[in-house]
Amino acid sequence: MQPIRKYLSSVWQALFGDPVRAFGVVSLILLLALAIAPAKEHFSQWHSYQRKYLGLIRDRGDAISLRRRFEPGIHQIWLPELGVVDRCTTCHLGLKEASLSDVTQQPFRKHPVVPHSLDAFGCVICHGGQGQATTVVEAHHSERAGEEPILPTRYIESGCGQCHQNSLPGTPQLNLGRTMLSRYGCVHCHAVTRPDGSKVAATDHPPSLVHIADKTTREWLFSWLKDPQAYAASTTMPNFKLSDADASDISAYLVNSSSPKAGDTAADAKPAANADPAAGPSLYGESFCASCHSVQNAAGNLVGGDLGPELTRIGNKAKPEWLAAWLQNPRVYDSTTPMPHYRFAPQQIATLVAFLQTKSDSDYGSGVHLDAATPQQIAHGRKLIVELGCAACHEINGVQKPENFAPDLSAIGSKPLAQIVFLPGMEHSLPTYIAAKIRQPRAFGSSVKMPQFTLSAAQTDALTTALLALTARGRSMPDNLRVAAVPETNYQPAGPAGKLITELACFSCHRFNGRGGEMAPDLSWEGSSVQRQWLTNFLHNPNTLRPSLIRRMPRFNLSDSDNKELTDYILTVYQSPAIDADLVPAATNSADVVEHGRQLFYSKYACQSCHIIDTKTDKGYIGPTLTQVGSRLTAGWLYAWLKNPQALRPSTTEPNQNLSDEDAHALTAFLMSLKGSGGQGAKR
Amino acid sequence: MNTRLSAQTKFRVLAALAILPLTMLLCCKHSALPNAALKATAQGTALVESSGGHQVGATGTTLTDPLVVQVNDDQGTAVPGALVEFHGPSGVSFDPAAVLTDSSGQATTAVTLGTIAGRYQLSAMTPGKGKSVTLDTLEIALGYEQRVGSILADKYCSRCHDPESSPVRVSNYDNLEVKPHAFSEGNTLNKISDADLTSIILHGGPALNRSALMPPYGNTLSAPDIKAIIAYIRALSDPPYQPPGTVYARQ
Repeated sequence: MQPIRKYLSSVWQALFGDPVRAFGVVSLILLLALAIAPAKEHFSQWHSYQRKYLGLIRDRGDAISLRRRFEPGIHQIWLPELGVVDRCTTCHLGLKEASLSDVTQQPFRKHPVVPHSLDAFGCVICHGGQGQATTVVEAHHSERAGEEPILPTRYIESGCGQCHQNSLPGTPQLNLGRTMLSRYGCVHCHAVTRPDGSKVAATDHPPSLVHIADKTTREWLFSWLKDPQAYAASTTMPNFKLSDADASDISAYLVNSSSPKAGDTAADAKPAANADPAAGPSLYGESFCASCHSVQNAAGNLVGGDLGPELTRIGNKAKPEWLAAWLQNPRVYDSTTPMPHYRFAPQQIATLVAFLQTKSDSDYGSGVHLDAATPQQIAHGRKLIVELGCAACHEINGVQKPENFAPDLSAIGSKPLAQIVFLPGMEHSLPTYIAAKIRQPRAFGSSVKMPQFTLSAAQTDALTTALLALTARGRSMPDNLRVAAVPETNYQPAGPAGKLITELACFSCHRFNGRGGEMAPDLSWEGSSVQRQWLTNFLHNPNTLRPSLIRRMPRFNLSDSDNKELTDYILTVYQSPAIDADLVPAATNSADVVEHGRQLFYSKYACQSCHIIDTKTDKGYIGPTLTQVGSRLTAGWLYAWLKNPQALRPSTTEPNQNLSDEDAHALTAFLMSLKGSGGQGAKR
Repeated sequence: MNTRLSAQTKFRVLAALAILPLTMLLCCKHSALPNAALKATAQGTALVESSGGHQVGATGTTLTDPLVVQVNDDQGTAVPGALVEFHGPSGVSFDPAAVLTDSSGQATTAVTLGTIAGRYQLSAMTPGKGKSVTLDTLEIALGYEQRVGSILADKYCSRCHDPESSPVRVSNYDNLEVKPHAFSEGNTLNKISDADLTSIILHGGPALNRSALMPPYGNTLSAPDIKAIIAYIRALSDPPYQPPGTVYARQ
């Protein structure tokens, strides 16, 4: 003890022994203390990046102008109305320097071209991360409460989706993800409300199970529940990973609770007409079933549309009596089905049923033998249906549709990391969590009810992107920056023609006044576009206008009176005010004008690159064939179309050629002179 | 006493400094070799690309099709059980980065592109007899503007400019008297300036004394649209497009 005390006192003596020395020491300490702040700044990370940047631009040809634009110190983008305080530009110094496009070294890269200015939106709105931080780790990788790590590039489109609720042309991944939210049934269980208060609606059509025993057997239901993708690879029904006993009990309840529907069973089937096995494939082809339904080919690829269920093994599933009743009129079994009511003759129905029955796989479900279920098992099946939330998607007798069955996802993109239970070894970030949950929900514990979906890697990424776009920031954005989704209208045509349009499910493929599908042309102005005789013929026997199209309009076998009803309605109601219905008919145009139009068609505008007029010489087949356009379209429509195609159909690929009135007139006269052979009209 | 102490500290610091990078190096080496568990049962002498090269994807995303390479022996028959490692520039990741060839001699990996738009030179490597064999391939990453261009080109341009038909879309290329240039034809398109390409798209072929089969899109596409399409054309170009201008770096 003694030596230490002696030592300390000698130190004290040495430093503060006399007043002059003490003054010197205190001054030194003060000086050092004052130097701490500048030294800290000098050795800070952002300062070293700024020095590196100066070194990088020193040897470039435009060093002088680059240096002139460089400002030392901390930079900040401050946008109070957006809640943005971003200091990212302190280190990311080359973001706006066009001449640095060859620099790949971060943080000095030029920002890629995007539609928004950095000064107007800052950085974190799109990229996430901590805008106020001035160190790399804090800005990019912070996991502290309320903070979020930067968004990986693969999900960057989610940033756009915070404000843009509509579908943008430059964000295919986000658009796909949003479509999937509606199409894969996510929103049946999870509520998703957009920032403007509108709800994301489901676009799939989960079948009602109230008459399920008419349609299929308990054995098929069992196999289906065990593994839906084994029956149809393309189905959106997820796998609930049920045990054999559970699947058996659920199938027992469904069959047991099913109520019969008149017309579905063999007992009340009409005397069946004889099937014509040879005609099956061609009738299936002629009816263009493949426009909506797909079938797996020998190579395992799906061929056909995805609007209706896959039919590869339909013979394993559907009872023939039910299939006949369904083809007779699908709306009897399911009043809201997207399937049109074809007016098939009894012979045709028998042929199609026989053909569809051949689409079966003898191995499918062959090992399934279910004993008759006891009342306890049936009750257990009902309990499982309630627990698993089957009724959130399907209508089931004796089970109520559950409300808010699964967590609301309206702000999932801002879920705090502290609220998430990550799996061991998993990266602690929201995108990783969401993607993992979509990929394998049951990995997060045996109590998780969410079923297993079968999605590709690209689909999982897309869905994750769409979910990440649902942020708190998106909800607090000022209204003037928000772009609303374009909601589907609830347009419903009136009268007997309206009933026909519903029966034929025209809305499944065509769009009218803002409602309907995208597969076929928008018909809102069809009445201004086509001639009566052509429309009548087309509805009787739709033959395609575009030879290279695979999906085509089916023939509905309409009666003459139904056809007239529909034609009258379309020609009267679906009129555009922009079309001059009284435009001079082509007949009054002189031969000179027609000839001038021909010249313009072939030479000046080279329309033959996309359209065929003379099947012998012209080959272009991007646009519709025009060999008989003069008997199809009205002169007013043709003229308006030539002047500005996008005004009539915004999504058309035909460019607006900015024609003069004279040129458009001459071309209209020429096109109206193309009446075709008249063979089509004469047939009927 | 004072000097001795400081020498000791110096030594300690130096030792610590030396050990730190050494351990880091060891750790890195260890993590860079995830294939330590993979035991190759065979060796090949040649690598052939089966599929998955020359794809175009968005930056930071996983390419649609996996990269598949095949290991062959001297006779050209496939070698199962050979080790294949995949390498790429920083930012590119492979899942898996090293794999043994399957029963048909093929190694498959999913490629995730880096965050910078441009060309990514990838290579597959297999330890052959004596020396290792490598195979180079290329993937293209599109940035935002280029991808907007690709979407527009898909709608307005590719039906004629892409000679390849697909099951869902038949190419119109063969029907045209004057053949359009495929967007990858760098030898021709690289010589046309951005300004000239813009006027052809704006006003149609006749604007530059070319075929009228190319219609004008000036009233259909906006200026940013056309800029995006040109950015996409430049990204696809083979040989690669070199933008004109002064070379700034002195070096």
